[in-house]
Amino acid sequence: MSFDPSRRFVERNRRWHPPAFAPDYKTSVARSPRQSLVSLQHPTATELRGPTFSRADLGPHDNDLLLNYREGTPQDGLPIGERIIIFGRVVDQFAKPVPHTLVEMWQANAGGRYRHKKDQYLAPLDPNFGGVGRTLTDEQGWYRFRTIRPGPYPWPNGVNHWRPAHIHVSIMGPSLSTRLITQLYFEGDPLIPRCPIVQTLNDREAVESLTARLDLERSRPMDALAYRFDIVTRGEFQTFFESQG
Amino acid sequence: MSQLKPLSAIARAGDLMFRETPSQTAGPYVHIGLALSVAGLPQRDMEIWNQLATEEAEGERIALVGTVIDGNGDVVRDIFVEAWQANARGEYCDEYSPTNAFNGFGRAAPDVLSDGEWSFDTIKPGCVKDSRGQWMAPHVALSLFARGINLALHTRLYFEDEAQANASCPVLNAVESPQRRQTMIARRDGERHGVPCYRLDIRLQGEGETVFFDF
Repeated sequence: MSFDPSRRFVERNRRWHPPAFAPDYKTSVARSPRQSLVSLQHPTATELRGPTFSRADLGPHDNDLLLNYREGTPQDGLPIGERIIIFGRVVDQFAKPVPHTLVEMWQANAGGRYRHKKDQYLAPLDPNFGGVGRTLTDEQGWYRFRTIRPGPYPWPNGVNHWRPAHIHVSIMGPSLSTRLITQLYFEGDPLIPRCPIVQTLNDREAVESLTARLDLERSRPMDALAYRFDIVTRGEFQTFFESQG
Repeated sequence: MSQLKPLSAIARAGDLMFRETPSQTAGPYVHIGLALSVAGLPQRDMEIWNQLATEEAEGERIALVGTVIDGNGDVVRDIFVEAWQANARGEYCDEYSPTNAFNGFGRAAPDVLSDGEWSFDTIKPGCVKDSRGQWMAPHVALSLFARGINLALHTRLYFEDEAQANASCPVLNAVESPQRRQTMIARRDGERHGVPCYRLDIRLQGEGETVFFDF
């Protein structure tokens, strides 16, 4: 893939993103830098390039969490929970589609239990649900997953804190500069405004933009509801002048 | 659409661009999605993991290891690290493939029950020029994600045996405090699996806090 050395990305708005230090989310207190970030006035190929995954050979059901855990084994079966389709488009800040980019996701099962060594929550595992998916966007930046709607779960932050139902979403985009991990929430979930992780975002609109919308029209009748979640990566433009100097 | 307003709805000049999707922490179970073996999940046919180079890769095979330490001095055992680097000739190879002898991108996370050390098997990167034509010292870009980290932290790993290149690296020199530049320099730490090993312990906060970049 060709690399334009004058490639630039729109500056990241760090007041729109959550701050590193957000004391209501307790773990951030000891895991946030105290020093200022050092700004690279002239980002280099290191920051302006990144890996592409079109040749990475993803599996045929890597984006289908209804099938991809025990598919093909003698115990093969469907997971329990609300069957949903998560879909949307990855575009940059100038509305340009981000094609062939890697979108990854992971989540708890319908009961809020993660298939992870460290998750001790008493809600049971689902023998037919793993909770991981990945896909590449198509030419127009579209992606889709099929899964089970995750349940909320309690976590040791405040004495009675519960995460809203959410899916973790990871996007590569065209460079290291666009690399992003976020979380998808579901429209209408009353736990959203009560969650200290969601509330690390200072702007209501930012929270809105992480809230997937029910899209009944794109649902599959008698099969699965659909939720739409669009993702915006940093805008890419070319500088007109390489140097003023 | 969740964020994309129709153009007709855009009133203010400041809205002419969409806003980037805001970040959220990767949380404690990032491994389920991005480091399956650490979570205890079965591996898929292709996983992006911490071996960037095979025996056939051109260049000097090395190991990179380290820990991430929080503001209390405790090791962050649920850290998830991504590495991005040039090949031995100083070229970035974007096309990731499990069949490549060398991939410039990899991922690592300590085992959840271990001492919290991450590691990469890779090759020593060559020098890359910056956007103004100046040579940067050999380096590996590291991105950190974890519970308690709301937006990825970006740093670089440099090599202590490249003192001359380090001294003239425009990015290292963009760090005002010479003392803080040292926080990105990995020390030779013996050998691992028969190859030279470099160690970088990253401090998220407080004394010896590692430099993190905005770009």
